[in-house]
Amino acid sequence: MSQTATAKARLPVDLTDEEIEAFGRDMDAIYYETLESRGERDRLYILRLIRTQRTLAFSGRMLMYASLFLLPAWDHALASWGAMIIVMALGVVMLGVAKILENMEIAHNVLHAQWDWMKDPDIQSNTWEWDNMSPSDRWMHSHNVVHHTWTNVVGKDLDVGYGIMRVTPMQEWHPKYLLQPVWFVLLALLFEEGVALHEQAIVDVVEGRKDRKELKPLLKRIGAKVWGQVRKDYLLWPAVGAVVAMPISLFVDFSPITIFFMIAGGNAVANIIRNLWAFMIIFCGHFPEGVYSFTEEQVDGESRGHWYIRQLLGSANIQGGPLFHVLSGNLSHQIEHHLFPDMCSNRYPEVAPRVRALAARYGLPYNTGSLWRQFGTTWRNNLRLALPGGKLPPAVATA
Amino acid sequence: MIPRDQESTRSGGGWLHWLSTLTDMMAYPLKTSHYVELVNPLWTTHKMQARVEAVWDETSHARTITLRPGANWRGHRPGQHVRIGVAVDGKHYTRTYTVSSAPERGDGCFTITVKAIDGGRLSHYLVRKLKVGDYVPVGLPQGDFYLPDASPTQPLFITAGSGITPAMSMLRSMLAQQRMANSVHIHYAPSPQETIFGQELREIDAAQKHYTLHEIHTAALAADDPARHFSLENLARLCPDWQSRDCYACGPADLLRAVEATWEEAGLAHRLHIERFRADLAEVPDDAVGGRVRFANSDLEVEADSATNLLRVAEDAGLNPPHGCRMGICHTCNTTLKSGCVRDLRTGEVLNEAGAIVQTCVCAAAGDCELDL
Repeated sequence: MSQTATAKARLPVDLTDEEIEAFGRDMDAIYYETLESRGERDRLYILRLIRTQRTLAFSGRMLMYASLFLLPAWDHALASWGAMIIVMALGVVMLGVAKILENMEIAHNVLHAQWDWMKDPDIQSNTWEWDNMSPSDRWMHSHNVVHHTWTNVVGKDLDVGYGIMRVTPMQEWHPKYLLQPVWFVLLALLFEEGVALHEQAIVDVVEGRKDRKELKPLLKRIGAKVWGQVRKDYLLWPAVGAVVAMPISLFVDFSPITIFFMIAGGNAVANIIRNLWAFMIIFCGHFPEGVYSFTEEQVDGESRGHWYIRQLLGSANIQGGPLFHVLSGNLSHQIEHHLFPDMCSNRYPEVAPRVRALAARYGLPYNTGSLWRQFGTTWRNNLRLALPGGKLPPAVATA
Repeated sequence: MIPRDQESTRSGGGWLHWLSTLTDMMAYPLKTSHYVELVNPLWTTHKMQARVEAVWDETSHARTITLRPGANWRGHRPGQHVRIGVAVDGKHYTRTYTVSSAPERGDGCFTITVKAIDGGRLSHYLVRKLKVGDYVPVGLPQGDFYLPDASPTQPLFITAGSGITPAMSMLRSMLAQQRMANSVHIHYAPSPQETIFGQELREIDAAQKHYTLHEIHTAALAADDPARHFSLENLARLCPDWQSRDCYACGPADLLRAVEATWEEAGLAHRLHIERFRADLAEVPDDAVGGRVRFANSDLEVEADSATNLLRVAEDAGLNPPHGCRMGICHTCNTTLKSGCVRDLRTGEVLNEAGAIVQTCVCAAAGDCELDL
């Protein structure tokens, strides 16, 4: 890395090149020291988490089926809409949480190769397929390569506004951004589908830089994954419920078709729970007040030290308890995740205080706040930047 | 492994196959087996595991581990080996061990007998730390070191230390079938107490008139005693008809070299069967000045220095391997080390275990190496 350090990069910080390099070395020290200490307890963490997640997913689906035996038509003492809805809701929430855990704390991190060091053939970045409409390998490209290498570089990092929103005043205003509050809500609800279509190639075709035909293999690949997900959540699980309900419906007065739609609806709600949560956590990572974006010139020829500082300035953390951190896939430690994307996520809480103190020693900001502060300012920025203008963060970033 | 875009290859009955295809779709993108594993790890079909049923110390450094394999296991032939995976300090390792039990054993279990070698991380873990009730990944039995089924061979076993294991499996199997072949066994071990399966061998020797055991206890012999090591003279003395027998040898490399030389000299190499385990670790060259890099899938070999990353080496050689960030963060360039030695340019760490994952954009050759590109 050091041989590429030409120090052309100009970041909005009041540090000399020597100081930036020293900052990079200090950051490297934290990184390698932590990697060195990985061991059995980390392995047990991910194995237990995977077991918990799968148990939760299966139990949630079973509970949804079980709730059908509480439909008022059964005519037994416990049967009532109230009881049925409570049990169904519990099952749906369990399935939603299972999907959150799978997508965020397990798959996102496995696909970052955070667990490749264990050499466990079941938990490898190149074989893991996640419970999401986006095919793992496609997502790894758009996320690991494009987003994590070019974090917050306007024009390079597709995550800056996802091609439909203006999240920094550095993006030129266009009338289409007037609609972005609508996109904001729609993307929150359909985040999974949005992630699946989150491809530079698709943007290129929409903007006329690429021929439609070139998209075909890519769309086929995404289509196969989407079909697998739809078949599971909206066809097979509901259909099994309906098939079981068919003979029962001869004796108990309800329609198997209703059963089908109840289960399909429950699964849809579980998917939406996951979408809303993932959207909220992920948008708090790069779009709250005080997060920096960069131009391509600013990162030209950047060294390891520059890169670390860009990641620090371009990310924001969310404060919370241990359970909140796990449910957010430790993306509540977005800063640490961006500094060390392939460090196993259960270690982010312990490196966070070190990173924060290191930033303070160099007079650099460390953007952290409650979920409401971070999401509130994200939402406010979204509304403000729908209109021309907007406020950039201070020209020189200081603590 | 979670197979991607790969149809279930499960054979089996019509309706069961149909049902598992359906439940696999319901488990998508996982398989039914991933959920079955939550109930009993032995019932999985996406990988094979075995449960540790018992452990027993054969000597102060060697332990027999009784394993109950899960679904899809197939019986072994005496003398074959299996791959065993164990996680030590969180990291997964795989080693090959010979099955020491006979296939005729009726309880569905098999045993491996492991000697803790100095500095052997995995063998030490297996011998000292593995507990009853643990699960370990296992592979199917493999290897062509076994007695022919039907022909009336007269085997000569030459074994040393833990090299006894394949011979033990063969002997136990012949005993179970009540057809002990006329066999001679020369076994080297430090002392009677430090002989793996010592008592059982002596019992077989006493009970079976067709089996002759010659134990050589090296600790009791002077360092310069010629009887300590294998030689033609000792062989001719212990087994005068050795030239008319089929020899099955297993033990340390020195012993196998001497045995090989003897049989080749006598022009009898076709009657010699040797079991040796290839070292899983490549030797690290002291100077580490780069070396020849072989790209196995492209059938290409080029010279590389110790400072140029392997991604660059591959590209200069005309390949276009997958890559992304070029700075070691995105892992798009991960590839498998097939053999040899590479160095991580960031940490100086040397990777020399076959099967290790190499980030080609930040690793350089440290001696010769072969990559799965």
